[in-house]
Order: sequence, then C-alpha cells, then structure tokens
Amino acid sequence: MFAEIFSQEVIDETLDILINEIPYALWETFYVTILATLFAVIIGLPLGVLIVVGEKDGVLPLPKPILSFLNLLINLLRSVPFLILMILVFPITRFIIGTTVGTTASIVPLVIAAFPFVARLVETSLREVDPGIIETAQSMGASPLQIIVKVMIPESVPSLISGITIAITTILGYTAMSGIIGGGGLGKIAINYGYYRYKYLVMLIAVIILIVLVQLFQTIGTRLAKAMDKR
Amino acid sequence: MIEIKNLSKSFETSDGSLDALKNINITIADGEIFGIIGMSGAGKSTLVRCINMLERPTEGEVVIDGVNLLSLKEKDLREIRRNVTMIFQGFNLLMQRNCLKNICLPLELEGVNKKDAKKRALELLDLVGLSDKAKAYPSQLSGGQQQRIAIARALATNPKVLLCDEATSALDPKTTRSILSLIRDINNKLGITVIVITHQMSVIEEICDKVAILDNGEVAEIGEVAEIFRSPKSKAAKSLVYPEDNEVEVHSEFALRVVFNGAEATDTPLIAQLAIEKNIAANILSASTKSIGNKAHGVMILSFADEKSLVSAKQYLNQIDGVLSEEVKNVR
Repeated sequence: MFAEIFSQEVIDETLDILINEIPYALWETFYVTILATLFAVIIGLPLGVLIVVGEKDGVLPLPKPILSFLNLLINLLRSVPFLILMILVFPITRFIIGTTVGTTASIVPLVIAAFPFVARLVETSLREVDPGIIETAQSMGASPLQIIVKVMIPESVPSLISGITIAITTILGYTAMSGIIGGGGLGKIAINYGYYRYKYLVMLIAVIILIVLVQLFQTIGTRLAKAMDKR
Repeated sequence: MIEIKNLSKSFETSDGSLDALKNINITIADGEIFGIIGMSGAGKSTLVRCINMLERPTEGEVVIDGVNLLSLKEKDLREIRRNVTMIFQGFNLLMQRNCLKNICLPLELEGVNKKDAKKRALELLDLVGLSDKAKAYPSQLSGGQQQRIAIARALATNPKVLLCDEATSALDPKTTRSILSLIRDINNKLGITVIVITHQMSVIEEICDKVAILDNGEVAEIGEVAEIFRSPKSKAAKSLVYPEDNEVEVHSEFALRVVFNGAEATDTPLIAQLAIEKNIAANILSASTKSIGNKAHGVMILSFADEKSLVSAKQYLNQIDGVLSEEVKNVR
C-alpha cells in the first residue's frame, strides 16, 4: 500500500488535486471556523457571564430555576456527540439557512456545539477574577452591569483569549467532521479523497494542513494572551 | 457625622445562625480619625462593610449626615458609596489597567467625561506622590505604591468618609508609617473622616483620635486613644495595650504591671530605688521599655514576695509622674 502511495502517478494526481482544490478548501475551513467561533462567542460569552453573576452571591443574582435551566442546557448540548448533534439540529439549520447541506449550513451545528463550550470557558475565566476587586467596584458604587463590563470582563481578557483559542482549535477539528454532511473545507477533501476514494496521500496532506492551522491559531492565541496580560 | 445605632449582624451558616456583631453603638464626628480594633474574627471587617452597606445589618441603623442608609434603595446607596469610599488590605487594583486608568475608574462609573477624569487622576497622583507612575501597571509597583494608588482612587470622587480595611496589614513597618502619614495628611488637608480598621495597636496609636475595641462582635471599650492607652479597662483592651501579658507566664501571685507613659525616669534607676528606699526586692518578669527624648515609655511586669511589698511598691510607683501600676490578675 505504501509503495503505491508514493508512486509517480499518485504524486502527479495528488499535486493536481492539491493545486485545484486545496486553496478553496483552506478558505472554506477558515471562513467556517472564524464565523462559527464568532457566533459561538456572541452566544457563549453572555451565557458564561450570566452563569457567574447569576449565582446566589454573584453581582446580579438570578432566580434559581433560570440558573438551573441554563446550566442544564449547557450540559445537555455538551453531552451530545458532534456527529449526532449535526443531524439532530437539521430542522434548526433548515429554518435558519434554508438548507441542511453545504458549507454555510454547517456553521449552524458548529455554533450549537461550540457555544456551550465557550460559555464554560468564559465561566472559568470570570471565576478567576479576584473577588476583592469585585467588592472594590461595589464599594465605588458600580452597578452590576458596570461591574461586568468595566471590571470582570476587562480583568479576564488574557484568560478569555486563551479560552477562545481553545474554542477555535476545537471548532477547527469539528469543521473537518462536518464534511460528512456536505460541509466544505479540508475535512471534505480528506474524507472524499482519502476515505471514499482511497487517495491516502491527499488525506495525509489535508491532515497536515489541519495540524499546521491548529498550531498557527494556538501560537497566535498564546502570544496575544501573553501580550495583553499586564500582571 | 456617622451614627451606628444598635447595629447587629448575623450570618446564616450550615450550623445555625452566627452573630457577627451584637448591638453596636458608635458615633463618629466629622473630620475624625476613628479606629476600630480587634483580634481576627472580632467582627471589624463586617462592621466596616455595614457602614457602606456592602453588608446589610440584620438590625439597627447606620445614619450618615442624617440619612438612614437602610432606608435607601440600591441605586441611592450607590450614590452614597461615592461619598464613603474604601481601601483594602489587598489594595485591589485592576491589574489590567494602568495606574492612571485605575484612578479614573470611579469617575468613569459616575459618568465623568474622559478628559476631566484624567485631569483629576493626575492631580491625585501628585497628591499621593506618584506622578511618575501614571502609565505603570500595578504589577510593576511595590505594595506601598499600590496602596497609594488605591488611596488616590478612593479620593477620586471627593468622598467625605474614607474607610480603611486593614490597609497597612500587608505592608512592612516603614511603608506602614508612610501610608499612615499620607492618610493623616489627607485627613488634615481635605477634612475627610477616616475610619481605620486594624488589628495592630501601633496603627491606632499612630493616627487615631478615638478608638473602639471590638471583642467577639461587641464594643468592649470606646474612647479617646490616649485615655485607653493610659488605663485600659476591659480585658480585650488590656490584652491589646499590653500584649506582653499574653507572652509572659506570671507564676507569682503578687505581680504588678508598671506602665511608663512618658515618665522622667531614665536617670533614676527605679527598681534600685525601690530596693533602697522601701527595702522591697522586685523581680523583673518582663520589660519592654524605651526612652524617647529622655522619657520612658513601655511596660514592665514585676513580681514580689508577698502582698505587703506589692501594696507598698504600688503606692511608691504611682506617686511618680507618668508611671502607672496595677496588679496583674488576668494572666495565666
């Protein structure tokens, strides 16, 4: 099998596929990952904030049933495997995008899978904020909203960036899976050529590109978090 | 004026209710530096948080300039908190904001525009002597400098009252003195009422006019600092003024505590004179005295052979100016 992988014929064919398909697949992966992360943060950030400030001795205590419901929702969504979640949310996808197939459609399950994860990451980051600093803001007459916007979030920015970096790399992994439901990108290339058509070299290269992407996002995220941290 | 009337606070814990404060009555005049001292767990941090309603009292009233804080809504309380600001043991600066922006924070919360806030913050940086640290981040500063920034931040909204919760407890003695003298300067210059919470008697001695001694959630003693230092009455006050009593084991039944409070005693060897003039042999159990400007300050614990020599020694010592003696009873 391995002798065949690197035969001249295979290499030529692979090069052909790479040149024709990889740039667009790369772009698709990129755009799906970034958009999915963006929406996941837009939903997950406020949710994570609510879970922390809504606690009994938080800065904006919520009624217990609401808090329990939010926690349950997050745990439920987090426990469904992504492969199954993609199919389960077809009705929602169809409602929002109009179809369940394709690259753009794959953003919906990605967001639904990622926002609970982001909410938990945000929760962890906000809990690291020194309670003394929150008390200080209260002693200055800050309203709950001011405490969240001026103190809790800005103080946890480096930690939030680290969290979002983890989310991006995880979502990147999920985009590869969405190749199954017709989502485009490197995952589709790997599955279509490698799995369905036994072109292992193409699969190998798609995987290597994914690895490089994860490294890239992780390095940028880590550097950014470090540069932002004034502690 | 701050009036704390019949204030009690209890916490619900898993094993029932815990009374942190019991029936506290304290009145603090404008412009005063008022100390609240107690051992850890005495309830002093809870008490100071009742003054700005970070903790709501279970019973009683807190009245500031005629306004009963318990009658206020959350929104009006926030207004009050701009007038009654606070500094903390851990400084509690925002680590991701530079010093200037930290001082601007209370002004931002109030809705002051950026330019005016910055101008005010620069004035305050100057007041606390850290004009060169505007762009520095808190992590680049020493503890003493961080507390100065915290003080500047607390003064930003022109408060009438400054609450200091163990503000010097994390600092070394030299830095403590410089922070205390800054607080005293602020009190002098701006006429701000200062309430100092501490467990260190030296802090009270250094800057406070009046002091309340908290013991187990109750006010054990309250009065002028000088008066309480001269003759502490309650057990809690005595153990704070004379910490030596806790360290020395007095085996003798006939022991006397001799307090030197600025006595001109340095050139007359007191114990020797006691032996020569009264023929009383005193055994020194502990002594911690120092002379400042030819005046003796400090405490000594003496023991005697019998009741008779103790009584006459006490008589002899008490006639000397600036020396006060009394029997030691409450020691182990």
